[in-house]
Amino acid sequence: MLEVRQLSKVFFEQNDPSKPGLVALYDVSFSVRKNEFVCLLGPSGCGKTTLIRVIAGLIQADRGEIRVDGKPVTAPGRDRCMVFQQFGLLPWRTVLGNVEFGLEIDGIPREQRREISRRYLELVGLHGFENYYPHQISGGMQQRVGIARALSKEPDILLMDEPFGAVDAQTREQLQEELLKIWSKTDTTVIFVTHSIDESVYLSDRVIVMQSRPGRIKEEVRVELPRPRWEGDVKADPRFAELRARIRESLRG
Amino acid sequence: MALNALEQQALTDLDLSRARPFRLADRLGAVRVLSVGLLILAWEIFGRDVNPLFLSYPSAIARATMQLLTAGEFQRQALGSLQVYAIGLSAALLLGIALGLLMGRYRLAEYILDPYVYALDATPRVALIPLLLLWFGLGPMSKIAIVFLSGLFPVLMNTFSGVRTVSASLVEVGRAYGAGERNIFAKIILPASLPFIMAGIRLAVGRALIGIITAEMFAAVTGLGALLIRYSSALATDKFFVPVIFLAVLGVILSHAVELWEKRLAPWKETERAL
Amino acid sequence: MATPTDEQIIDELGLRRERARSIYDHPNLIRAASVLCFLALWEVYGRRSDPLLLTYPTAVFWAAIQLIRTGELLRQAAVSLATLGVGFGVSIALGVGLGLLTGRSRVAEAVLDPHLNALYATPQVALTPLLMMWLGLGFAVKVVIIFLFAFFPILINTTSGVKNVSASLVEVGHAYLASERQILFKVVFPAALPFIMAGIRLAVGRALVGMVVAELFTAITGLGAMLTLYGNLFETAKMFVVIVVFGLLGVGLIRATQALETRMARWKETERANR
Ligand SMILES: Nc1ncnc2c1ncn2[C@@H]1O[C@H](COP(=O)(O)OP(=O)(O)OP(=O)(O)O)[C@@H](O)[C@H]1O
Ligand SMILES: [Mg+2]
Repeated sequence: MLEVRQLSKVFFEQNDPSKPGLVALYDVSFSVRKNEFVCLLGPSGCGKTTLIRVIAGLIQADRGEIRVDGKPVTAPGRDRCMVFQQFGLLPWRTVLGNVEFGLEIDGIPREQRREISRRYLELVGLHGFENYYPHQISGGMQQRVGIARALSKEPDILLMDEPFGAVDAQTREQLQEELLKIWSKTDTTVIFVTHSIDESVYLSDRVIVMQSRPGRIKEEVRVELPRPRWEGDVKADPRFAELRARIRESLRG
Repeated sequence: MALNALEQQALTDLDLSRARPFRLADRLGAVRVLSVGLLILAWEIFGRDVNPLFLSYPSAIARATMQLLTAGEFQRQALGSLQVYAIGLSAALLLGIALGLLMGRYRLAEYILDPYVYALDATPRVALIPLLLLWFGLGPMSKIAIVFLSGLFPVLMNTFSGVRTVSASLVEVGRAYGAGERNIFAKIILPASLPFIMAGIRLAVGRALIGIITAEMFAAVTGLGALLIRYSSALATDKFFVPVIFLAVLGVILSHAVELWEKRLAPWKETERAL
Repeated sequence: MATPTDEQIIDELGLRRERARSIYDHPNLIRAASVLCFLALWEVYGRRSDPLLLTYPTAVFWAAIQLIRTGELLRQAAVSLATLGVGFGVSIALGVGLGLLTGRSRVAEAVLDPHLNALYATPQVALTPLLMMWLGLGFAVKVVIIFLFAFFPILINTTSGVKNVSASLVEVGHAYLASERQILFKVVFPAALPFIMAGIRLAVGRALVGMVVAELFTAITGLGAMLTLYGNLFETAKMFVVIVVFGLLGVGLIRATQALETRMARWKETERANR
């Protein structure tokens, strides 16, 4: 359903093509099936955020194209929604107000969007925090608000940029499990950026390993571990260790 | 950062060096110059058609400038204004900093003085001009007083809040190293509140300039303010603009000077304040 | 044995006793004493000196009663406040409007910036004679003068507030399909609001100064005109009444904008230092 074809993106100093440039993405191609969970994994600076921003339609590629259901993508659209690395919460809105933001833009009437927002806040376990301001809640909770906000738009494709990068290990595990549960209940396609090998193996159907300078795809690794993964101890499965070793090797080499 | 071979190859392959389409946003300097040039040109052209009693135009103002400068009147009045300004402002800075330090450090001083300070700070100082003229006459004394009062409060208030924000932990560092009250004042409180004091001085410089011009305009006897009144009642709009432009330039120079001074005195602190 | 509670430990150590009294427990008492001493000295000294020059508190009080009885004070205050309201309203509308424009568009900034800077550098009082020549001595000229005084802090703060809005918040807007308008009103404006409010707080004092200046020079109606009038009549006590009203007005307006500012920026975690 999502196709990325030979995508390249260059950043120039002061946005001026006559100045020195930095190749953030070079010839990146891959495709994602409907309802698939794909992780983008790679070292810092390899262009993960850039790639996901191009897919979101926030910036334009210099070459290549993105297609969703066969239609080329050049701008943000209702079919895709993004969870930001730095949360991207509006500090002057309460938790509820932040979740309502996307629905408000879509012109959904007040009562209805209230109700939808509350439902999604409950889903991410933030019931009772509706009237808090972002700075009054913890980083993990803030990220859950970001996730609720994206989910509330019920996008076909959920783009998540290191959503759990800024939270502690325990919260992280809990959020991972919640995300998998939500994903399994809907038919959303997820593209999930991460730094962590364990996280990528635990969550995804497929890990796309990237490398830097210039940012490109190194290889794709299928993860054929049984689901649901939150039951039992998937991480103790020998296949888990095997995949982990394999990906680590790939990142190194 | 040097590019590696792969990056080089990628850049050549993508070949993005094509010229960018023309965008106004790439030519901001030109836009600026054009904007100013057009306004001056329009002023010159249309200004000539307007009754000269109401509006002058650039070349006439230039001519009036030369005329006033050769006559020497302008310089004399400007010098008079500047002397008064310098005396009043120096007094304001000295007393403002001293009182600010005192009030910031000693609570008794704060409680005794702050009713007056807050009340006077909130009262527009220009409202005192008629009273000061009554008290001190039309001579320099009344103007010095208004410059002093205009400059005093910004410095005082900023020094005060500067001393207040010097964190208790810094003072504690001083104590831990055996500093007495004098050393704490001189080596910790004063330098730590310097950026605030300088910001106060920056405000004071502008306020004092407004104070002196208003007073001179009101008394209408000597100084640049008096010139403004004289030329405007004589309907000499070309001459009127000469002190106006001088004052604008003076204002810019003074505030830049304070900024430079600020950077030299407190280079370790980037105080970006919104005015 | 159960672990003792904190309270028990405190008792055991014998720490629970009355707190020592300090003169700082009631700062308002010190303030009141300070003000009373001052007023008493002024009363005694003022009664002995020339009534044409110096007045004394009770005289000011009776003058105030008289001015209120005749209705003069309220009538003139109403006139002043109306002008202030209109002038300040225009400043806010134009300051915020232009600030949003120059903050968002670099081309608009390049076009407007040089002119705005030149106007800002000119001490605005210096322009009052010209404005009076153009617009007469009525309502319009006062509004314009107040506008010139109050406009710049609002404009400057709005512009820098808009420029400070983080690009990533704007990107969130884009990601959620907000239109340019929605981005302006739902992202940029609220993000810049604390800056804008700080500008408005700075501007309110300057608007008051502008009002006084305008009324001093036009000298026809308003509180400032009363000041000129009673100055010429050597009625010092009545001048003081007007000055006190200005002080109260200043304190009131600044307090009000401060309150508004805190309310509007409730989401700001750290209350920014005032001034
Ligand atoms: N707006 C921009 N302008 C210029 N260069 C940029 C910009 N955004 C990203 N880059 C550069 O592109 C490269 C890739 O950045 P990107 O943010 O995509 O990395 P990342 O993989 O997300 O890293 P991290 O894991 O640290 O988030 C980096 O070298 C970065 O400096
Ligand atoms: Mg990133």
